[in-house]
Parts: sequence; structure tokens; C-alpha cells
Amino acid sequence: MSTSTRIALTPHLRRLESESIGIIREVAAEFRNPVMLYSIGKDSGVMLHLAMKAFHPSKPPFPLLHIDTRWKFRAMIEHRDAIAERYGVKLLVHTNPDGLARGINPISSGSQLHTQVMKTEALKQALDKWQFDAAFGGARRDEEKSRAKERVFSFRSAGHVWDPRNQRPELWNLYNTRISQGETIRVFPLSNWTELDIWQYTRAEQIPVVPLYFAAPRPVIERDGQLIMRDDERMPLKPGEREQERMVRFRSLGCYPLSAAIESSAATLDEIIAEMLASRTSERSGRLIDSDEAASMEKKKRDGYF
Amino acid sequence: MTATSDGALTRKALLRFLTCGSVDDGKSTLIGRLLYDTQLVLEDQLAALERDSAKHGTTGEDLDLALLVDGLQAEREQGITIDVAYRFFSTPRRAFIVADTPGHEQYTRNMATGASNSQAAVILIDARKGVLTQTRRHSYICALLGIKHVVLAVNKIDLVEFSGERFHRIVADYLGFAAPLKFASVTSIPLSARFGDNVIRRSEHTSWYDGPTLIEHLESIDVSEGLEEKALRFPVQWVNRPNLDFRGFSGTVASGVVRPGERVVVAASGRESTIQRIVTADGDLSEARAGDAVTLTLADEIDVARGDVLAHADERPEVVDQFAAEVLWMIEEPMLPGRSYLMRIGTQYVPARVTSLKHKTDVNTLEHMAAKTLALNEIGFCNLATATPVALDPYADNRATGAFVLIDRFTNATAGAGMISFGLRRATNIHRQALLVDKAARVRLNGHRPAVLWFTGLSGSGKSTIANVVERELHALGVHTYMLDGDNVRHGLNRDLGFTDADRVENIRRVGEVAKLFVDAGAVVLCSFISPFRAERRMVRELLAAEEFIEIFVDTPLEECQRRDPKGLYARALEGKIKNFTGIDSPYEAPQNAEIVLTASPLGPEEEARRVLEALRTRQIIGS
Ligand SMILES: Nc1nc2c(ncn2[C@@H]2O[C@H](COP(=O)(O)OP(=O)(O)OP(=O)(O)O)[C@@H](O)[C@H]2O)c(=O)[nH]1
Ligand SMILES: [Mg+2]
Repeated sequence: MSTSTRIALTPHLRRLESESIGIIREVAAEFRNPVMLYSIGKDSGVMLHLAMKAFHPSKPPFPLLHIDTRWKFRAMIEHRDAIAERYGVKLLVHTNPDGLARGINPISSGSQLHTQVMKTEALKQALDKWQFDAAFGGARRDEEKSRAKERVFSFRSAGHVWDPRNQRPELWNLYNTRISQGETIRVFPLSNWTELDIWQYTRAEQIPVVPLYFAAPRPVIERDGQLIMRDDERMPLKPGEREQERMVRFRSLGCYPLSAAIESSAATLDEIIAEMLASRTSERSGRLIDSDEAASMEKKKRDGYF
Repeated sequence: MTATSDGALTRKALLRFLTCGSVDDGKSTLIGRLLYDTQLVLEDQLAALERDSAKHGTTGEDLDLALLVDGLQAEREQGITIDVAYRFFSTPRRAFIVADTPGHEQYTRNMATGASNSQAAVILIDARKGVLTQTRRHSYICALLGIKHVVLAVNKIDLVEFSGERFHRIVADYLGFAAPLKFASVTSIPLSARFGDNVIRRSEHTSWYDGPTLIEHLESIDVSEGLEEKALRFPVQWVNRPNLDFRGFSGTVASGVVRPGERVVVAASGRESTIQRIVTADGDLSEARAGDAVTLTLADEIDVARGDVLAHADERPEVVDQFAAEVLWMIEEPMLPGRSYLMRIGTQYVPARVTSLKHKTDVNTLEHMAAKTLALNEIGFCNLATATPVALDPYADNRATGAFVLIDRFTNATAGAGMISFGLRRATNIHRQALLVDKAARVRLNGHRPAVLWFTGLSGSGKSTIANVVERELHALGVHTYMLDGDNVRHGLNRDLGFTDADRVENIRRVGEVAKLFVDAGAVVLCSFISPFRAERRMVRELLAAEEFIEIFVDTPLEECQRRDPKGLYARALEGKIKNFTGIDSPYEAPQNAEIVLTASPLGPEEEARRVLEALRTRQIIGS
């Protein structure tokens, strides 16, 4: 893990931090039963850190929720449990039982079906099961062009549907938090952060991240031009494929068969930031689920995906 | 991200701006161009843009840069912008957040959304078309929202042979229109978003132009708002109470600076205390400035809740329950004066009504016009009244305490956006005079408590009949009563009102206000009005204390009312001779939480009246 020294926040990061804290507090004040989606990635790490700061000296008045597809990297699950312990927050974990029973998986079911059943459906099940009326997500507007269109307080009608053509106007920071029975709000406190902001903040605040973000020699296979790390035996090798050790890291973490690694020697936060500044591809290029079909993110979001 | 370097963001003050103007003037293309020329479009995104351009592009063989920004499927298919997109980019000198807003009038609310958090506006004009209605509407909205700096981007200059004459004519035209809007600066630039002329790269085709390129100008605009020099406003967002020993008030300093040891006042209650600590997760601070999210503790145990505003004792906001404001209307259903909305101001929600619409503004001429309602996308100057006094400042002095939104109480839609012009003191003054003989004193004298018995139900349901029996019985018990119904109100007080929706709302509003005066005088007021709309009944309910309003739903089925038809009205309505007749071609919204529901009793109105009296005893309006 990184050993960079702590740097004071720039005015820019301080402003982002305050804005996000304001958003997080707003949810705690207005909603009956909020929850924070915790995906274990770098954005979730920042979001949780901000929630801890927002309510200090109290604890955040809501639990974390992880939607476990059962295909996350093992290092992610270890990190998740360690973080919940370290921060002393309640962690809920939900896996779609129907999907498990049907044996849905990212390899033979395809990424699209897997995502639909094990992430989107699972999320909706969990929100219904615990009757959450607001859910925080760590999405940023700079990630993808349909995200750039979304409100900070994003309304979902009953059934968790997003209607991008009919969003509530959102003026100033006067968020409309009113909903009726069955309706919910997704809240994005990191809307105005960029990937660079996330890493610079992570470094300044010394927020723990999953070690997979740092370069290390790891066994990977090359498939369709992407480097995939076989995290366990469930992923069969195709003819001609063989594992080889390469110096790699991940820019974005998800289900391991769907998250491509990049070749890199960046082993510290400073090096990650330097590498990112020089990069000519986006962080999502390593996500195998986004290229499924044109406008796929918007479609997934309408269906209830975060 | 090659244009940025690690730590570079420390050197620049972020600029938030929007692009606006009429349909197809090239707003999205311009932002696409800015992203592209500042090299923020990465390889995989460029590959996607090439695919998209081939499929949805409007620019033939070329890349359609608008597709970098128009991120929704419906937008790409139709080649228009529907909702605002927020994009980030930076140059070595400055970081930017730009809001790309839609030009279509239908989506004006989304343009306002983008403008509300912007410090500068780039208003585009298609050089072939000149100044259009939407150019004017957007300019006016920018001015109302307090944007001081405008860039007039005369776009598509390539399509008018880079004509300087054309450019100067458009600029003169625009300045003529915009003069009354009093922008601090209007900078005009000829450019081509599609080909990049004068965006980042100085054009070789406009030698007659020697001003800055767009990016040069955006890098140099000074937008410091001086928020820290303003009076302290701290809207309390959340009460932080981890244990009995700690009670803090979390929130973001909206303006000014606050330090431990300073005297502060809770604006609405006038209670004072001293700041003890400024608590953050990184340790206590010696001061908190505008924009800082902190938790304050006070030296005294005074009553402070979410929605309160803390201020320095010598620089308080106004605390009023009536004020004047500019309102932009954002939903299909028109704004009706008199109807109750939920107002969000600062961290508080409070019921509010528009008491009068002074005028609306014609966005083309900026002239004021008389109006009874505001339709979607219209802007008007109104007086509003809130259910309880609120702390506020004029919007021009302080955006955080001078802006509000109005929310429809049934759909929860964000219906209107408002900017406060000034507080109206009248209401507060009247309150002060009213206190010598008050309601409590009258209750003691009368020997019973006052109330409004609000009978609602279809025409012919028996409201008046039952109300008459109730009044007779109450009178016999020595209770002071008064009856308000259509007959004694329509002929006098409300003689000037017809039956349009706006007039019906006003009718009920006046009845409510009169009933309130009678309640103040200590009477039990019986009101029988069809009053078909929940919003109107709720409006009256909110004028009164909770225990003073008793809604009585006379729940006689429509078929029975039609059968009775005592005045022959249903027959005429069914023949189409009466329009907007409740139950026939106009809805009746049945109460959901009426205090008393009367279903037709075989024993007739005497029995129903008995049930009402019984309820009044249970509620201790009258003695048993
Ligand atoms: N020749 C030329 N065409 C342009 C220029 N700027 C934009 N266009 C074209 O004008 C059309 C409309 O551009 P958009 O960027 O979508 O316009 P917009 O203002 O964002 O439109 P709405 O958001 O729907 O109001 C597209 O076909 C653009 O390629 C320009 O400078 N020169
Ligand atoms: Mg556009």
C-alpha cells in the first residue's frame, strides 16, 4: 500500500469536500431510511470517508449496502470487511438468490445478463427488502456521458425507474427531497468530482484503497485484447490461453472476469496520479460491460442500475 | 487529461459557466469543441464518437462534436439537447465546469437548472439568424439568476462568409435588447464551433476582429463573489447529537465568516447565544468561512432546529411571512394565486401561497403585462405569504437566503423557482397590534372553543341541510356560530369572481380568510362549499391551528345526488348547459383524511347532525 505523505487539501478539493458533505447531510436530515451503496472501489472509499466526516463526532446515521455478485476479486471482499470494521459502520450484503439458483455468472451467461440479474435486479431487491427511500451512489459526472446528465438528487418512480427525459429541475442547492410512497431518490454526492480529484483526495486524506489499484506482478491471461486476472478456478481457460505474470494494476474494479487490468508500474498514489495524467484512455475502457451496446449505460440506468 | 497536471488545480479559480441560446445555435457543438481542443477527449471516447457520428451525426463525414455532450439516447436520435449536461475541462490557467443547456423552449427549466449555479453565461447566436426569442428569454433568465458576465458568441460565422458587418449588426442588436438587464460585462466574439475559429485557436478568417478568443476570455473573467465579506448566514442543516454531552448544529456557511466567542442569533426566534466551538473531523477550527461545511456548538441550551438560520446579532436577515419575488414557472399546470405550495428556502420547507401576481414579463420586450396565472416557462413578479415567518435576504444580496423553489404538494414536482426582491413587513406589524385581547381571552369569555366546520361534498349531497341542523343545535347550546356558504359569499364579498380555476381558488381563499377572522373572534364557523380540490381545502386548513379545522365529508354517492337533483343542476349539466360541473365534467377529489365522514343515514339529516355534535364534544370544541 501507498506510503505517500499526507498533503493539505487544495482549495479545489476542499470545496468539493464541503459540497459533498452538504449533500450527504441533506439526505440524513430529510429521509426516513437512507443507505449508502458501497461498491468497494476508490469512489466508494472517498464517499464513505466523506460520510464519516459529515457526521463527526456522530457516526453516519445509515448503513452501507454491498451488492455482492459473488464474482468480485477476493481482495475486494477482504477490503470491504476490513473497512466496515475499521470505520465501525453497519454493512449489509445482498446477493440475488434467484440469480444464484439459476447459476447466472459473467462467463457463460454473458456480461449483460449477469449485470442485469446480479447487479441491477439484486439492487432493486435489496432496496425493497429494507425499504430504503434514498440510496447514495458514488457515480461521477465525468465518468460517462449519460451520467453527465443526471441530477445530484435523482428521482426514481415506484419500480426504481429513471426517466431521463423528465428529471426534476434542480436549482441552486435547493434539492427537492419530497417523494411519495414507493418512490425513491438516488443521491450522487460525488457528481462534480473527476477521477483525478478522487485520487488526489485519496492521497491527501490517506484513504485506504484495495491493493489491486497498485501495480504488482499478477497472473493474467490475454483475452480479446484485454488483460484478465483469473482470481479463482471458476474461470476456465480457453484453448491456447495461458496465465502469465505481468506487472499490472486496475483503474476500475468490478467482477473480475469483466474488469481488465492495464500494464503499469505505478505502485504508489503519486505514481498512479502521474500515470493518469499521461493516459490517453478513460477509466471505463477497462470495463467490459459498457461496450455491450451503444447507449448501454443509459439503458442500464433506466432499468435501475446505479 | 494531458492539459492538466498534478497540483495544477491549486493555481486556478474554478469557473462555472453555461452555454445557452436558441435551438441549434451550436451550444453542444461548442462544448464538444472545447473538450476536443483541450484534448480531454480520450482515445476510446474518440472511437465511440466516430461510431456515433456515422450513425447519428448531423455533419456529414465530419465528427459531430455535439454528440460528445448530448448523452441521452433521445438527444442523439433527435439531434437536440433535452437536459443539461455538466462537463469538466481545464487549461493550464483555469478549471471549468460547464453546463450545456437545451435551447428548446419546452426545456427552459433545464436551462434554468444549469444557470442557477453558474457564474458566467455564453449566449450563442446563429450568425444567419440573429437575436431570437430564446436568446432573449435565456438572457433574461441569466440576469434574474444573478449572472453578471455574458459572452455573446456569434456562432456559425463560417456560414456568413466570416462577415464582420453581420457580426457587428448582431452585436448592436443584442446590446440594444440587453441594456436594461444590467450585465456587468458583455463580451462579443465571432466564432465557429464546428471548425474551431476563435474558440481555442485564433481564426485567420476574421482579421477584422482583434478581441480575445473564447478560451482566453473565459480564463480571464473575474467572478469573485465576495461571499466572505457578506453578513454571516448559517442555515442549520442537521442537529448533531451523538450523546447527551454534545449538541452541535451542522451546516454549510452560506456567507460570511464565523469564529468562536462571537454572539449569534437564531433569526426566527431572536434567541441569542455565543459560538463555543467549530467542530470538524479534522479538529476544531478558529474560523469557518463561506462554503465550509462544519458543526457549530453554542454556549447556551437554546432551541435550534433544522431550517433555522444563525446570524450575527448585529446583521440579521429579515424575518417575514410576506415577501415579493420573481418566479419562473416550471410545470404544465399553471401557477394559481391562492393555491398552497410547499416552499423550500435554505434548509427549510414551509407552506406558501402566491397572494398576488403583480405582473408577468414579456421576454421579448421585457415589458410588464397584467396576468392572472403563470403558465409553463413564464416569469412573473409576485407577492407570496408563508405559513410561518422565515428568515430571508433579497436574492441580490445573498443567493443562499434569497432563493427558493415551490413544490407541488400532490405530485411533489418542482413547480417554480423564485428570487426574493424584498420582504413585506405588513403582516408582522398587524400581528403586533393584535395582542391586547387575544383568542384565548375570547375563548374564556365564550365558554367554548372556536372552529371551522368545513362541509365538502358533491352538489346535492346535503351539506347545507346538515349544516343548518348543526347550527340550530349549537345555537341552542349557547355556542356562537356563523354560516358561510355560496349564497352569502358569492353575492357580496366575492361578487367579482367567476368560475375559472383561478377564480374558484380565490373564492375559497377568501372564504378561508373570512372564516379565520371569525375563528379569531371565537365563533364556530360552518362552511358548506363543494370545494372539489384537495389543494384548496388544504389551503384553508393551513390558515388555522390544527385542532381548529374540522373537515366534514358528506359522502353521498353521485348517483344519489343526481337522483335528488334538488336544483335541477345535474340535468342541465348532462345536457351540456352548464360547463365544469363537479361530478359530471369536472372532478371531485374526495378527502383522504377528513375528521368526520358522513355517509347518508336512513334517519336523515337530524341523525347526521347528531354525529357532528358528538364529534365536537369528543374534540372538546363544546362542553359535554
Ligand atoms: N457550419 C457550422 N455549423 C455549426 C456550427 N456550430 C454548430 N453547427 C451545427 O449546427 C447544428 C446544431 O448544433 P448543436 O450543437 O446540436 O446545437 P445546440 O445549440 O446544442 O442545439 P440544442 O441544444 O438542441 O438547442 C449541428 O448540425 C452542428 O454541427 C458552426 O460554427 N458552423
Ligand atoms: Mg445542445
